[in-house]
Amino acid sequence: MRKKKLGIIVNPIAGLGGRTGLKGTDGIEIITQAKRMGASPESPQRAMEALNVLRRIMDEIEIFTYPQEMGEVEAKQTSFSPTIIGSIKSGNTTPQDTQRAAKEMQKLGVDLLLFAGGDGTARDVYNAVGREVTVLGIPAGVKIHSGVYAVTPRQAGEAAVMFLTSATPETTEAEVMDIDEASYREGKLAAKLYGYLRIPEERQFIQNVKSGGTQTEKQTLQGIAADLIGSMEKDCLYIFGPGTTTRDILAFQGLTKTLLGVDVVLNNQLIAQDVNETQLRKLIVGKKAKIVVTVIGGQGYIFGRGNQQISPEILTKIGKENIIIVATKEKLASLHGRPLLVDTGNVAVDKMLSGYIRVSMGLGSYAVYKVAS
Amino acid sequence: MGRDSKTLLRKFHEAKWDEEIIFEMSVPGERGILVREPEAKVKKMVGNELAAVSPKLRRKNPPKLPEINQMRVLRHFMHLSQETLGTDVTIDISEGTCTMKYSPKVQEHLAARHPGIKDIHPLQPAETMQGLLEIIYKLEQFLKEISGMDRFSFQPSGGAQAVYTAASIMRAYHASRKDTGRTETITTMFSHPCDAAGPATAGYKVITIMPDEEGYADINAFKAALSKHTAGIFITNPEDTGIYNPKIDEFVKAAHAAGALCYYDQANANGMLGIARAREAGFDMCHFNLHKTFSIPHGSMGGAVGALGCTTTLAKYLPIPQVKFNGKQYYLDYNCPQSIGKVRSFMGNTQSLLKAYAWIMQHGAEGLRETAICSVLNNNYMLKKLSEIPGVVVPYAHGKRRLEQVRYSWEKLKQDTGVGTDDVLRRMADYGLEHYWTSHHPWVVPEPFTLEPCESYSKDDIDEYVAVLRQISKEAYNNPEFVKNAPYNSVVHKVRNSSINEPERIAVTWRQYLKKKGPQKPLAHDK
Repeated sequence: MRKKKLGIIVNPIAGLGGRTGLKGTDGIEIITQAKRMGASPESPQRAMEALNVLRRIMDEIEIFTYPQEMGEVEAKQTSFSPTIIGSIKSGNTTPQDTQRAAKEMQKLGVDLLLFAGGDGTARDVYNAVGREVTVLGIPAGVKIHSGVYAVTPRQAGEAAVMFLTSATPETTEAEVMDIDEASYREGKLAAKLYGYLRIPEERQFIQNVKSGGTQTEKQTLQGIAADLIGSMEKDCLYIFGPGTTTRDILAFQGLTKTLLGVDVVLNNQLIAQDVNETQLRKLIVGKKAKIVVTVIGGQGYIFGRGNQQISPEILTKIGKENIIIVATKEKLASLHGRPLLVDTGNVAVDKMLSGYIRVSMGLGSYAVYKVAS
Repeated sequence: MGRDSKTLLRKFHEAKWDEEIIFEMSVPGERGILVREPEAKVKKMVGNELAAVSPKLRRKNPPKLPEINQMRVLRHFMHLSQETLGTDVTIDISEGTCTMKYSPKVQEHLAARHPGIKDIHPLQPAETMQGLLEIIYKLEQFLKEISGMDRFSFQPSGGAQAVYTAASIMRAYHASRKDTGRTETITTMFSHPCDAAGPATAGYKVITIMPDEEGYADINAFKAALSKHTAGIFITNPEDTGIYNPKIDEFVKAAHAAGALCYYDQANANGMLGIARAREAGFDMCHFNLHKTFSIPHGSMGGAVGALGCTTTLAKYLPIPQVKFNGKQYYLDYNCPQSIGKVRSFMGNTQSLLKAYAWIMQHGAEGLRETAICSVLNNNYMLKKLSEIPGVVVPYAHGKRRLEQVRYSWEKLKQDTGVGTDDVLRRMADYGLEHYWTSHHPWVVPEPFTLEPCESYSKDDIDEYVAVLRQISKEAYNNPEFVKNAPYNSVVHKVRNSSINEPERIAVTWRQYLKKKGPQKPLAHDK
């Protein structure tokens, strides 16, 4: 049997800013400041926690990693004999190193790329390989808004083992999100959806004897799509927010939606793509319109994260009754009772959206769920 | 020898026979029973016995059944039973929500051997099966008393079918009132999934109310979901978490105020028998799973009964025939013009009805109440013991007691050691316990396991069960890899979960197996 190829990238400075309250380490000045304050990075330790789990399948995998603190040290300390590629300036690694490493590992045809870092690292990996490689994040950074990270380093290791040993590995797409660090350090939070990475689908919801059958994500989305399409009104504008869920729903209708943009559908035709707020405002003048959005990120935001184009003004015009939320049952369950969130930047609009809202979870299947402002 | 008196752990090893599939054992011409030719007189009276069967329905070739003598059949099934950890050989607390209790063997004997049940045919005239009809009629009276409902139907052969039947009755009820806009039903996330699936099958849209952070169905979300479109609500209480919904009356009142009907899925009724009734909680319909609460075994997806009860207002919609008594005789009433029709042939699983009747007769009213008290006591004792085990989390409703079952979580164990619920359950087989059941899908509670130590189990049984889980937790903290590679003493060692996701390799029938695997290998005695 062919050995599975596993790529390892450690962002050696991830987590540096956490204990010192610096909120992320994107930028040389911040790193210098953090180091001056006596900070030490979290990522080596966390990467090793994940690698320790992978020792279980040591003989079945082949590890490729970058030199020294970018993976070599961590892999060797956990008794692996990795193949080292590329070169770095030890002590002065940059985002470009991460990007280069990811690209080279893609070329080597790794089955899975594990990277330790935070939202910035996820963005670097995304910029390098897009959705071409299956990756998984070991949480080590200060900011973890992206859905590409396992909950703990150990669980990253477990998920990697499961994925690498499965005869039928499944993947799904997860959000790469990041906040604007400059404004974050000034106390303002503005998260942006940067894209999607391909990650192993955790078979946590695996079919068991009594459940009698579970739907795949694709079937669920097909159900949501059928439900929505069946209820679509003629001459009504449908404004679709970003995300894989909305993209996949429109794909069932034969329409190619932009992944990160807001697209508009009228009478089963895409009439505008990746629109900004001004374009949207113009489009809805004198027309009936509905908004279709999904839950973005692990915290449960429906407005104000990654879909700022749908502004408070537009939301006020269209009204809460014309908002359609789509999400899988698993997604809602993963919120563990926490409410859906809105952060439009306008307190009155946030209040208007709060209360209870219907969420479409499949064909003829809905939830009524709390929205907190 | 025997169980260790201090640790309560057993040195168990399961038998392994490497048993063939019965089709592989077939020897052409071998027979278990040689059926005699009928006597000439009988033959003459019957004439051509196939004349009643349409030529289209007749087989051209005999079925390819395994040909095996009696002794080998017996040995085959004994081997299989020895490779199984079932309810009659282990402490079966494992199947939480299934209410695995002792089914007195006398009931099995009655159902299998009493001529009044084994020799009758559903098509024979009612006056010739008065005994069976009397049992069904009296069982209905018992369940009316237990639930407060006015009528019952035993036709649904499982809880899910009872729910489907109830959804059909709701539709008939609203239609009779010309109230046609009611297209939705509401359920809760921790109710049994059939409370969503049954109405969906009957054509309803289904709204699910998710649990709040304390695990209760969110009453405000429920009120927001109610509308003029709501046909009814389908709710389990206590839910599968074992938590009793303290606002259940508010749910019912709000639903009735919106013109909806209320259905109580009483699959989890074991902790409430003789204590609380669906009627007093305001419900219009309910069902009991006779195969859980009333001791009928879970017969491999068969032999179940979802006894469906309703108020007088809804009784006219119940399936036909209905068993009635005119003061002199029991009879089957087909004259129910507003009935939704049949959901199963004849009167349902009548052998099971006999078993439930016998079980109630053995307990009496006081006994039923004691059943409830005992099961709740057992459960809360076990809850206390399990919550002391490192790695176990008891989610939701902190400080509150549970009724008859608890959904626990190994989330902490998984975080601390990497050993999750699927690993722990495999290791249980090494101590002679059936692996436990985790949870319905999706896993709202992470790394879940659901246990239900009902009244059949002694304190000693529960202590042994707890001791095994305590031991596995200890093993996980000391040597996680050891637990992850379990079981060691079971028939089949680790099975990779991914194999259930390979449709091209799965064969559920012999014919499918042959097709996918290629021709059958000749056996030793064929050579």
